Amino acid sequence: MSRQYVIRRILLMIPSIFGISVVLFTVLALAPGDPFSELAANPAIPPEVAAALRAKFGLDDPVWTRYYHWLIAMLHGDWGFSFASRINVETLILQRLPTTLVVIGAAQLLAIVVALPVGVLAGTRPYSIFDQIANTLAFVGFSLPTFFTGLLLILVFSVQLDWLPMVYRTDISGAGWQWYWEQFKQSIMPIAVLGLFQGASLVRYVRSAVLDVVRLDYVTTARSKGIGERSVIARHIVRTALIPVVTLVALQMPVIFGGALVTEQIFRVPGIGSLLISAMLSNDTPVVMAVTFVLSCLVVFFNFIADILYGWLDPRISYR
Amino acid sequence: MAGSTPASLTAERPAGAGAAVAAAPRKQARFSPGREAWRRFRKHRLAMMSTVILAIILAAVLLGPLVWQVPINEIDFAAKLQGPSWTHPLGTDDLGQDVLARLLYGGRISLAVGLAAMMVACVVGVLIGAIAGMSRGYVEAVLMWLADLFLSLPQLPLLLLIIYLFRDSLKSVFGPEGGVFIMVVAVIGGLRWMQVARLVRAQILSIREKEFIEAARALGASPVRQVVRHILPNALGPVIVAGTIDVAAAIIAESTLSFLGLGFPPDIPTWGRVLFDAKDTIDIAPHWALFSGAAIFLTVLTINFIGDGLRDALDPRRVL
Repeated sequence: MSRQYVIRRILLMIPSIFGISVVLFTVLALAPGDPFSELAANPAIPPEVAAALRAKFGLDDPVWTRYYHWLIAMLHGDWGFSFASRINVETLILQRLPTTLVVIGAAQLLAIVVALPVGVLAGTRPYSIFDQIANTLAFVGFSLPTFFTGLLLILVFSVQLDWLPMVYRTDISGAGWQWYWEQFKQSIMPIAVLGLFQGASLVRYVRSAVLDVVRLDYVTTARSKGIGERSVIARHIVRTALIPVVTLVALQMPVIFGGALVTEQIFRVPGIGSLLISAMLSNDTPVVMAVTFVLSCLVVFFNFIADILYGWLDPRISYR
Repeated sequence: MAGSTPASLTAERPAGAGAAVAAAPRKQARFSPGREAWRRFRKHRLAMMSTVILAIILAAVLLGPLVWQVPINEIDFAAKLQGPSWTHPLGTDDLGQDVLARLLYGGRISLAVGLAAMMVACVVGVLIGAIAGMSRGYVEAVLMWLADLFLSLPQLPLLLLIIYLFRDSLKSVFGPEGGVFIMVVAVIGGLRWMQVARLVRAQILSIREKEFIEAARALGASPVRQVVRHILPNALGPVIVAGTIDVAAAIIAESTLSFLGLGFPPDIPTWGRVLFDAKDTIDIAPHWALFSGAAIFLTVLTINFIGDGLRDALDPRRVL
């Protein structure tokens, strides 16, 4: 993989982020609500002060100027001030972001760990009993909405069996192993809900990718050289089949963030998704805008990583 | 026998008697693409089962409120949070309202949202895909870049953002029910057209070079006529499949919005909204959440299976 390829991919991120920022700002500019309605509705602030503030923040400028100022401020890391929690938006988001990334990362890992072996087994034995069962379960898995799975798990493991805590707590007492154990116990359900939902659609992708590869000539060649079946699957089939799967995982990224939003809301995980919902319910526009922008940037970033991985897995891509 | 020559066979068909005459039309009908697709669809056992179950759900939702004439908003505190019984087959909610009546009524809205959003996505997708496919050069490049950009937007956060910003003004124009319905349909549909657009474009790119299109062009058919009369009917299969799956996705999206408390108002019991109301009492009245969640799950699962069956029937070469 050449350095040129990486640089080209980095440069390609710029128009994407630019496009997303235009979409977001258009939505905000078209919206009928006034971001300063909080101030206007506040009887303690005289109208002249409100008007002066509007002029100061450039709300009466033309759209292009406003967009330019907004973009510059976002790029500088100056994301405004939360109406509801009275602290800077960037501080708020930085507090919440690690939790979300941990949950999403662990869920994605779980999805891959479950889906890869199941998908490969189903793909190498197409239309067998195992394949049919796996396929049916995969359909059930991605037809179950995350919010319903979450409630079902709470009903079984928290209410009926009382094994796992119902909501995610940040103020766990105890130190050392005790703390890690509690943390692990309360993370199981959110990660399982998200991971199994992702895994279900991943199984089908892996299966079809394997099916595409299995009949190719080089696999037959490998077999005829006397390489064991296991080694053929692991070294020859899976390695090639993974290439399209990587892209599909990246394309699923927006869906994963959506799922994380719901999961965080059900289990009260203090992540960026629950921040978005609570900001919406309390009309906290700067936080809403910033969180949406951050989520979009994360999606673009993960697409970039997928592109890099793709170039690494399939060297032909780099020279195109 | 008179019916042995093909010409007289078609002429005699209405009065046709004898084995040769009866067998010949059946053999001919086998070549009709619709019949052929139906034959393949019937082979998909799960899809056939799903069709029956979905038909039952549809019939229940459409005709059920005529049979089960319990009002959806009859409050009866004496009977609150009761489990299933003869007077309330699916139990009651926290205000003593009949869950069955609410689910039957809400199902109409959930299904209507799914279908309408699918229509929006298909119309926008076919339009953009057709324009991109027929025009070469920068129009195509820009449209496909737009589709890629929309694909990398985090759908759920953006959906929430738009609803958050536009809800109040639409409510004042179209009323609380109509406003939310129009917005939810437009936004869900407007964020799901990319898949259809890419499919249509890919189909057009391959079909427009075929001889019969060349013939149409040589006979002086305008580009619009080429697309509408000659290309689109041949590109319909994948679009129908994608549309079917879009219905399921739209139903999930609407339920997610309602579940997050940002969809329909509380007096419109869509399935997601009922689940949202039920989640806080899941420990004492699990039936309430279970029945509404099961309704969403069953509908989405059957639609997904039907989509899979349609894919086998209309697009037999694809593996996934």
